Amino acid sequence: MWRFLIPAGLFAALVAFFYFSLGRDKETLPSPLIGKPAPAFELPRLDDPSKNIGGKDFAGRPYVLNVWGTWCVGCRQEHPVLLQIAERGEIPIVGIDWKDDREQALRWLHELGNPYVDVGSDEEGRVAIDWGVYGAPETFLIDGNGQVIYKHIAPMTMEVWEREFVPLIRKAGTQR
Amino acid sequence: MRLLILAALLCAVVSSALAIDTAPAFDDPAMQARYDHLIHELRCVQCRSQSIADSNVGLAADLRRQVRELMAAGKSDREILEYMTDRYGDYILYTPPVKPSTWLLWSAPVLLVLIGGIAAAIVISRKSRLPADDLVEEDRTHDDPGVS
Repeated sequence: MWRFLIPAGLFAALVAFFYFSLGRDKETLPSPLIGKPAPAFELPRLDDPSKNIGGKDFAGRPYVLNVWGTWCVGCRQEHPVLLQIAERGEIPIVGIDWKDDREQALRWLHELGNPYVDVGSDEEGRVAIDWGVYGAPETFLIDGNGQVIYKHIAPMTMEVWEREFVPLIRKAGTQR
Repeated sequence: MRLLILAALLCAVVSSALAIDTAPAFDDPAMQARYDHLIHELRCVQCRSQSIADSNVGLAADLRRQVRELMAAGKSDREILEYMTDRYGDYILYTPPVKPSTWLLWSAPVLLVLIGGIAAAIVISRKSRLPADDLVEEDRTHDDPGVS
């Protein structure tokens, strides 16, 4: 009896393991930044490189940090969603233009609309490394205490925004 | 003639596309060896199955630059790897660290050999306890003409 039950049981366990692994998201790497203070940054403004923007400009209240670039297809895809979110006025969206051409980025915002309260241009990709960015678009949520509380890696959709971001923003708002 | 020029131009373009940091990063061979080791130890998180030494995507180049700068600033290998995992998590390391969540991973080879060894030992000891004439019996029933 055992002679058959043990291999059959092992096989069933293997099948179950593979079955549940099928649906698992292996693309999204967990960010070690969640629950940690947001990395400080200081970048020239996209529209006026003589001025800088930095994390301290937005400290004290929750904000969203969106990493994008004109070379990034997913960013074009999510752009209308960002505009929609910006229009709702729940939270300011700060942009980081990652390894991009200034002229092209400005044209992009002019043509597609500008959802950002401010955009810093990270031409050398140094700030992106501090934030652990590995593929645009990436969207971070920072609470009023300056802690990273969420990261979404993939184009933003209204569904993700409602499901993941809105409850956290509400919570961050009431805590203060 | 025009073809020749075109071919020469293409060759020039291709050779520069193939080269990933052709010039050595450091004059000091010891530093260069450390650098080579580090960039082979770090995964290109964008392309997943390559180290940052083998990849020419923008992020890999940026991370190589970061390694060079940190080394030039006198950081130790451990500090540089820590700098990377602080930002990208353990996934960026090709050699995962030994900690509770990776104990199973690290012990798997030993465990599998043990399980196989125990299974083999059980089977062998059982077979050896069978009566010796058991084999002869089997041979007879098979009626093998070669044995007769």
